[in-house]
Amino acid sequence: MRDGVEITSRKSGDFDWLGIAGEVDMHASPQVRKALLDALQPKSALLVDLSAVRYMDSSGVACLVEAFQTARKQGSRFALVAVAQPVLNVLRLARLDKVFTLYASLDEALAGGG
Amino acid sequence: MNSQMPNGYAIEVERLVTHYGPRKILDDVNFTARQGEIMVIMGGSGSGKSTLLRHLLGLHRPTSGSIKLLGQDITKLSADQMFDLRKNMGVAFQGGALFNSMTVGENVELPLREHTRLDDNTIRIMSRMKLEVVNLAGFEDMMPAELSGGMIKRAALARAIVMDPKLLFFDEPSAGLDPVVSAELDELILTLRDAMNMTIVVVTHELESAFKIADRITVLDQGRILMSDTAAAVRASEHPRIRSLLDRTPRNDAVNPDEYLERLTREIIRA
Repeated sequence: MRDGVEITSRKSGDFDWLGIAGEVDMHASPQVRKALLDALQPKSALLVDLSAVRYMDSSGVACLVEAFQTARKQGSRFALVAVAQPVLNVLRLARLDKVFTLYASLDEALAGGG
Repeated sequence: MNSQMPNGYAIEVERLVTHYGPRKILDDVNFTARQGEIMVIMGGSGSGKSTLLRHLLGLHRPTSGSIKLLGQDITKLSADQMFDLRKNMGVAFQGGALFNSMTVGENVELPLREHTRLDDNTIRIMSRMKLEVVNLAGFEDMMPAELSGGMIKRAALARAIVMDPKLLFFDEPSAGLDPVVSAELDELILTLRDAMNMTIVVVTHELESAFKIADRITVLDQGRILMSDTAAAVRASEHPRIRSLLDRTPRNDAVNPDEYLERLTREIIRA
């Protein structure tokens, strides 16, 4: 059965933080896509925390790709934080681990300037 | 998925018997593949390996026996249930089976457009990601007729994995390809299993490819399973039929004159 996905967001100083938890499959990814695109503001910084993602299929990764490119076009910063191993495997398959900005932790992301 | 796999088998075939017309093709075949396992089905021409694949895909009804995919016996499923199960299955056919009137990109997107209501942007990014995976990046606007044999197979593989299936079936990935392209496809199969934990069934008669990718190999001969074991065990087998397959010696079967004459004259000469 579907466990679904939980999305939380908060604003903290210079950056917006979006936490995605649970299973991002083809049923859940439209919700993730909307949350990502809604969270993007021009000339801002968005950190997407993936530490609590148990599963993400390619539809979820496609949403991250679309959000990342939208952010770049807007002149915003976009980074993935604490990417769980199952997600990293899917990113690596299409060599997207070399495309996204990845941080091991929120602290590292903040030190890296988001 | 609410499927049950109590014993960890993604595929479990029991006592499968199949016929084409009066001729028995598969005889009491038992076959398993664990989740995340690469199982290679090997055998010469006429061994029944393609028939076994077609039954695993639910394209034919067997005479008897059961075929469980992800815990569900497909011989007992309704058309709707089979349709749902197919969302978890990817198939790369030997000839590619791409639609010639559609671009490569449209071919790869097709399962997503048939089975999901994802946003158009998501669908296009997903299909392009899979074209990246199979090293066909940038070819999405080409027509199948413009592709080489190896490219067609890779495009077919991209389409087969576009839905992130739990089960991937690959018919003769190496057939008709030069050794380098064939080796690249083998690497790709290993990468897919490692990244996605897919259960992969590969039908092949290419020994080198089989030994490179297989966790286990099932050897079929004249419709029966000769052996189902690790690649190392199959390679070390002393079984004369397996040795003949591995050493590429021509088979020299005993001929049963009664059966042979019956096959040639059935429905022509009646008793």
